[in-house]
Amino acid sequence: MITALKLTELSKVFPVGKRMFGPPRALVRAVQPLSLTVEEGETLGIVGESGCGKSTLARMLVGLLPPSTGTIEINGEPLDNADPALFGRKIQYVFQDPISSLNPRKTIRQIMEAPLKHLHDMPAAARADRIREIFAAVNLREEFLDRYPHEFSGGQAQRIGIARALAAEARILVLDEPVSALDVSVQAQVLNLLADLKEQFGLTYLFISHDLAVVEAVSDRVAVLYFGSVVEVGPADEVFAYPKHPYTKLLANSAPVVGRPLTAPEGRETELPDPLNPPQGCAFRARCAYASDQCGSEAPRLEKWSDGVGVACHHPIAYAF
Amino acid sequence: MKNFLMLLARNRLALGGLVVMGLVVLLALVTPLLPLADPDVTDTANRFKRPFSEGALLGTDHLGRDLLSRLLWGTRLSLAVGFAAAIIAATLGAAIGIIAGYYGGRTDNIIMRGVDMLMAFPYILLALAIVAALGPGLMNALIAVAAVNIPFFARNIRGITVGIAHKEFVDAARLSGMTDARIILTEVLPNVIPVIVIAMSTTIGWMILETAGLSFLGLGSQPPQADLGSMLGEARSALITNPHTSIVPGAMILIIVMAINLLGDGVRDALDPRLKSGALSRPMPATMVQRAGPVPTSEGDTLLALRGLKTQFHVEDRVYKAVGGVDLQVNPGECLGVIGESGSGKSVTALSIMGLVASPPGVITGGAVHYKGEDLIGAPYEKLRSLRGDRIAYIFQDPLATLHPLYTVGDQLIEAVRAHHLFDRKKARAHAIELLTSVRIPNAEQRVDSYPHEMSGGMRQRVGIAMALANDPEVIIADEPTTALDVTVQAQILSLLDDLRRERGLAIIFITHDFGVVAQLCDRVAVMYAGRIVEEGPTKTILDAPAHPYTARLMACVPELGQGRRELAAIPGLPPVVDRLPEGCAFADRCHKAGDTCRQGNIELVRHGAESLVRCVAPETPPQEAC
Repeated sequence: MITALKLTELSKVFPVGKRMFGPPRALVRAVQPLSLTVEEGETLGIVGESGCGKSTLARMLVGLLPPSTGTIEINGEPLDNADPALFGRKIQYVFQDPISSLNPRKTIRQIMEAPLKHLHDMPAAARADRIREIFAAVNLREEFLDRYPHEFSGGQAQRIGIARALAAEARILVLDEPVSALDVSVQAQVLNLLADLKEQFGLTYLFISHDLAVVEAVSDRVAVLYFGSVVEVGPADEVFAYPKHPYTKLLANSAPVVGRPLTAPEGRETELPDPLNPPQGCAFRARCAYASDQCGSEAPRLEKWSDGVGVACHHPIAYAF
Repeated sequence: MKNFLMLLARNRLALGGLVVMGLVVLLALVTPLLPLADPDVTDTANRFKRPFSEGALLGTDHLGRDLLSRLLWGTRLSLAVGFAAAIIAATLGAAIGIIAGYYGGRTDNIIMRGVDMLMAFPYILLALAIVAALGPGLMNALIAVAAVNIPFFARNIRGITVGIAHKEFVDAARLSGMTDARIILTEVLPNVIPVIVIAMSTTIGWMILETAGLSFLGLGSQPPQADLGSMLGEARSALITNPHTSIVPGAMILIIVMAINLLGDGVRDALDPRLKSGALSRPMPATMVQRAGPVPTSEGDTLLALRGLKTQFHVEDRVYKAVGGVDLQVNPGECLGVIGESGSGKSVTALSIMGLVASPPGVITGGAVHYKGEDLIGAPYEKLRSLRGDRIAYIFQDPLATLHPLYTVGDQLIEAVRAHHLFDRKKARAHAIELLTSVRIPNAEQRVDSYPHEMSGGMRQRVGIAMALANDPEVIIADEPTTALDVTVQAQILSLLDDLRRERGLAIIFITHDFGVVAQLCDRVAVMYAGRIVEEGPTKTILDAPAHPYTARLMACVPELGQGRRELAAIPGLPPVVDRLPEGCAFADRCHKAGDTCRQGNIELVRHGAESLVRCVAPETPPQEAC
């Protein structure tokens, strides 16, 4: 196994309430120091709810946001300066909202040419050939190339977004909620296309989503994020079938499922922790049925549970086999 | 471009401005070719000749110079200076604004504070100071006018650029390896140009006035050169005795500035995307009703029944049949789910019930909505208003967009109550706290004074529900109320709605795209596709054995937790566009079973089994007669 992507103690702190002079009023730890590795050819699913830091993490991975601490290594080479052009050849990003990630005043051809021209210095004739190849790979007709973004449906626009990411010839794609803006009937078209492309081009995916069922359907391994930290990581089937962290269990039980009676899986009044005023100890404590005094004083670290499975919890749920 | 001209021409005043401005510019352009007297030759013997006198159509001034000639040459000069100043101000201002907005942070701070300092001076003082420093002269007046207008452009363009610089396509351009300079030129600038044009079109008139003002004070064009301002200035001493010398340049200034401003407003309206989509035309208080054919009459004593409801959008010469004949009913304590993909017409159906579809372009073209036997479509506005929020209330998808950001949630709840009840504020406030408690907001007494932005998404949606409950309605229409929420919060909100329905006997119409939500909350479900119901029946029946191929295949697409890594089912193709619906079944093109009969005539919604209806010639399940 070759490690495609290695994150070491990567974190991001945002200052809030900047002042002209002096320190900012407060600091928000969007991503707590986290370490992860992704093997080549693997799909790592990253699951979490809004505000858990998954988009901040994604933006750091592609160099759109400089990390506060930590390093990113791609294929063993460190990338420490946040320069999207440098990152662009190695790791690419597929945006959540397919329409707004395409400049409304450019044709699809102009959009597709940009990475070829600026990242690879390709001459015009070679660019045209390459675009034709990529469009064939994502099942888009070539006549679309001379149209403008607003003429496309969400599913088509998302395929154009994927085509642009492929054009950069990066081997790692960060997919940030790539199907959450799409209807279910179209969602599956895009997910299946992604699976085909992965096989065809030997890609590595980081698949970020709030939808557990989607993540399960596409991922080899899953990392669950809560309040900026990884609370559980492991093989997808194991994490979802036997969630060890109470939060993972809550997530899995919250998704509405045909045939399951409606019950609120937790107290109805609970709220997410306030990032400006983070709780002491475990961030999930207030919502957790297993919370003890230890959880209030000491934040749990991500610890190895079994081979390839890690949990950040003082009281992980045990299953009898 | 053609579209732009058409929009512009539709605005009569702007068209008038365009014609007048065109004539003035044409006159200014051909001035050197016209057989005019030399504007600068003095002839004191013939001073102050009246207009229409021999050899001088508009008379002469205090030095006997031909006014018509001076007027045309002066107009030429004033226009040139005005346009030049506008272009300089727009270019420099836009450049400053784009750089400040794009780079943000410290760069932005330094640049914009400098601009603020410029703006702190009264513009004419600043212009005077610049001219005083550079010395009088037309060129210096031009520089002064351009300089004082730069802040206006810089501020305007910066605001727009900040919005664009954070768009995803700019991030995408960065990832494509583009440099900042290239991103500014090829990604940001094309999106800012319309705003620059709008700002220019509305300020050129102002700049011509400012230049004229400086010339009037003797700081602009120097004698004997004529521009409109200096002509006015020279005529000032003869204002009483020979008013025509002032009136001639004054009238020209009026004509030019009026024409430019009318045209500028027209250009702005035609270019502004928000105004283009009809924001200028204020929507009517209730959806327009143009029902052709017989209106269905009420039958039975259903609480709320939709009968053959048709809602269309008329945009230019296109007709979008968003809702093409929908029948639905709900009774007290019942929850009806309406499920469909985007564009299936489910939201428009919901909004049509209370006439909330924006008109124009929305028109209800058929059918009826019976509330306790009374038709709401075409009911007088006062009647609708008394029912809206009182008997029939809505919950919308995005509570942040539906709550007013500047009022506390308590104020908004109090307003909702007092719109229908004669409660004094104190009693209404107590009621508001009670409502917040009933939707299980902790610390309702304190939360009542919170602003919407101080609450989390889940809490805001509770406020949205509390507002819908404010007047103890009989029907709640919930349009994707949990779509914007996280799953853990969604579960809380759904169980809250379920409890409320049981406690209060509410009828709920629940619009969603999520089968899981329907399965957990709804008694009956209607599936919509391309503006029509394709299947309706008890939730369990439909989810266990869907009869319409669309329902069956859509359900197969929904990934469910616990099935491991797999290939997902998809429906090929896209839903039809509702302004070009095919004949027969709208789903036929995507359906694996479609045959010739599916593409002919109108396929009716027919009874299928004991309690279900289906609109299909080849249903997936056999109709179970004895159920």
